[in-house]
Amino acid sequence: MKKDKIEKRELKINRRTLLKGALAGAATTMLPLDRADASFKGFWESFFQKHFREMTVAEKKQVVERLEREYERKYKKAIKIGIEPAMPGVLFGYGLDVSRCIGCRTCVYACINENNQSRDPQVQWIQVLRFKHKDFLDWNKAEKYYDPKLVPEPGYFYLPVACQQCENPACTRACPTQATWQEPDGIIVVDYNWCIGCRYCMAACPYGARHFNWGEPGLTAADINPNTHYLGNRPRYKGVVEKCTFCIQRSRKGRYTACVEACPVGARKFGNLLDPKSEVRYAMEHKRTFRLKDDLGTHPKFFYFFDFEVGERFSG
Amino acid sequence: MIQTIKNFFIAWGSIFKGSAKYYLWLAFLACLMAIGVHAYIGQAEHGLIMSAMRDQVSWGFYISNFTFLVGVAAAAVLLVVPAYVHHDKPIKEIVLFAEMMAITALIMCIMFIMTDLGQPLRVWHILPPPIGMMHWPSSLLAWDVLALNSYLFLNIIVVFYVLYKLSRGEHYNMKSFIGFLIYLSIPVAVSIHTVTAFLYNAAFSRPFWSAALLAPRFIAGALSSGPALMLLVFQVLRKVTDVKIENKTLFRIATFITYAMAINLFFMGADLFKSFYPGTAEGTSIHYLFFGLHGKTNLVPYAWTSLITSIVAFLLILNKKTRENFVTLNIACVLMIVGIYIEKGMGLVIPGFTPDVLGEIYQYTPTATELLVSLGVWSFGAMVYTLLCKFALPVYTGKLRFAVEGKEPHEVRVRRPHVEEVPEEQA
Repeated sequence: MKKDKIEKRELKINRRTLLKGALAGAATTMLPLDRADASFKGFWESFFQKHFREMTVAEKKQVVERLEREYERKYKKAIKIGIEPAMPGVLFGYGLDVSRCIGCRTCVYACINENNQSRDPQVQWIQVLRFKHKDFLDWNKAEKYYDPKLVPEPGYFYLPVACQQCENPACTRACPTQATWQEPDGIIVVDYNWCIGCRYCMAACPYGARHFNWGEPGLTAADINPNTHYLGNRPRYKGVVEKCTFCIQRSRKGRYTACVEACPVGARKFGNLLDPKSEVRYAMEHKRTFRLKDDLGTHPKFFYFFDFEVGERFSG
Repeated sequence: MIQTIKNFFIAWGSIFKGSAKYYLWLAFLACLMAIGVHAYIGQAEHGLIMSAMRDQVSWGFYISNFTFLVGVAAAAVLLVVPAYVHHDKPIKEIVLFAEMMAITALIMCIMFIMTDLGQPLRVWHILPPPIGMMHWPSSLLAWDVLALNSYLFLNIIVVFYVLYKLSRGEHYNMKSFIGFLIYLSIPVAVSIHTVTAFLYNAAFSRPFWSAALLAPRFIAGALSSGPALMLLVFQVLRKVTDVKIENKTLFRIATFITYAMAINLFFMGADLFKSFYPGTAEGTSIHYLFFGLHGKTNLVPYAWTSLITSIVAFLLILNKKTRENFVTLNIACVLMIVGIYIEKGMGLVIPGFTPDVLGEIYQYTPTATELLVSLGVWSFGAMVYTLLCKFALPVYTGKLRFAVEGKEPHEVRVRRPHVEEVPEEQA
């Protein structure tokens, strides 16, 4: 009887040892393909890294320390990775005044500088579309590669589109490994160390908001913003999906997102949807807002609105 | 038990005994595989940027091949049903080769998924807890992993068990557990292609994929192209080995294909009408597929090739004269495979992404890396099938028999092992 018990306990192998045994051979044979500079131990630890939500705070801290070392070795620059959790009573939302937007793409590049996107190949989280007034929201007539000498151009609307941070997201449902999920403050995040790069979320997203690292991210030490968050703007890997996180590294510390700060015409509003005094709530309550592809039932937390008459900007 | 393992290795030895032609064929496939591996190493090093896929068209040639091959795997059911449910003797004799083709197609499916992953080393994350974080039942991709692997293991168990029984000169009993597995493999075969269709259906922001007819069309297409491939393979088999397959059996399969193809074309017509007639924005992708959009027409040749080859193939196989003439039958089979390979591959995956969700048209054409890696996977599949056949043949034809304890060694000459059935099966 006693012996039985002991044997049973021995059989209780935890997930790590089980995997270590089963995959040890496979991992070593595949090692030379990748990361020639990383040590075997580093590879081992990153290979068996748990899903972010499965880790305890202590484990998260350990992982973050290792990642900071890895990044420093790779980019020759000290990078800080935060793991701040969502604040209670906060649900982030966004408002964008289409009548103000002049289509200058300042936000696109402010976003890139803040969020450490790959510069070459270039990854952009915000895509600005141009529509003729009469074709507004007719996707087949949207122009992404417009390039005039001066903006705004008479007769056009501009529509910046990034992640709509849906309440009912299609992408997180599609992910086969739960590598992307909605945080309690409403932000959809990706664990770049858990994503297998199958890109099913990209097929599912109705807004083209998810982007893939098709090649090794081209990022130099000079480009890097060292203030990062694990679920946000820390440097990404080749072969994983990334997306807008409402600048999680800023917003969770009560700051505006980079695009809000950069917008030269004040078209962008950001805040807590649960706070009746926030700018977003003001816009929602006083403007005629709309959401993109509302008929799909994704319930974006990204609201667009028109503040003044179409001709107003150019007539006066 | 030990004897069984020993016997397995004796049988295994038969794959090394072959003519010069056999070795030449294997060497040829090995060369193609080496080219594929070389291309894949380049992709692993530089990333999927070596493909033509981009954010706008985020799945391409690999997933196209995957989708077609799921159909080939599912198609084995067209022979499994008459063989095991209706005890159709001539079909039952060759059903083993159809099941082995399903095994091969599934292995290729898994390889195409692996080559498409950005982080293939992390694939274990898709396993159920406590190892991975499988997102079941939400993610259709998780369902696909379950369905494909279940079908793969079912077929492996069935094929090897049947061979084991045959090698001892015994018969398997459909009322035993293996019979249950064989029956189970029928709905699972249907499920793999259904779940794959649902995978596309689930991406609800892409109107081209959101037809309720998608799953039925997948099955009808699979039951035409898969058996067409089998018809060609069976003819090769009876030529290069001493397996006897009668013309009558092949023509019988051709009749099945005729029905499947008629249904497939009907479904296709229904889908085309529904997409074209209303002229709504939902039809934009299909318009791009058949006529191009804004002067961008790179899928147009694919679309018309697929449509024309499918119709010509159907006419050839519909007419009894051309169906029972091997020249025209083979032409029909090749045309049908080409037509459905395009329709279920490039013609399905790419228009789903074009125009993309924000209206952009990115013209996708596979790169050399994608073509060569795919060539590697296809030649690997051909090698797996060749070796499986080589392994099975001596047992199948009765040349190889193992003594069973307490019994005299079984007589060697059994030309058609499946014909002699146990009485209870006839009931």
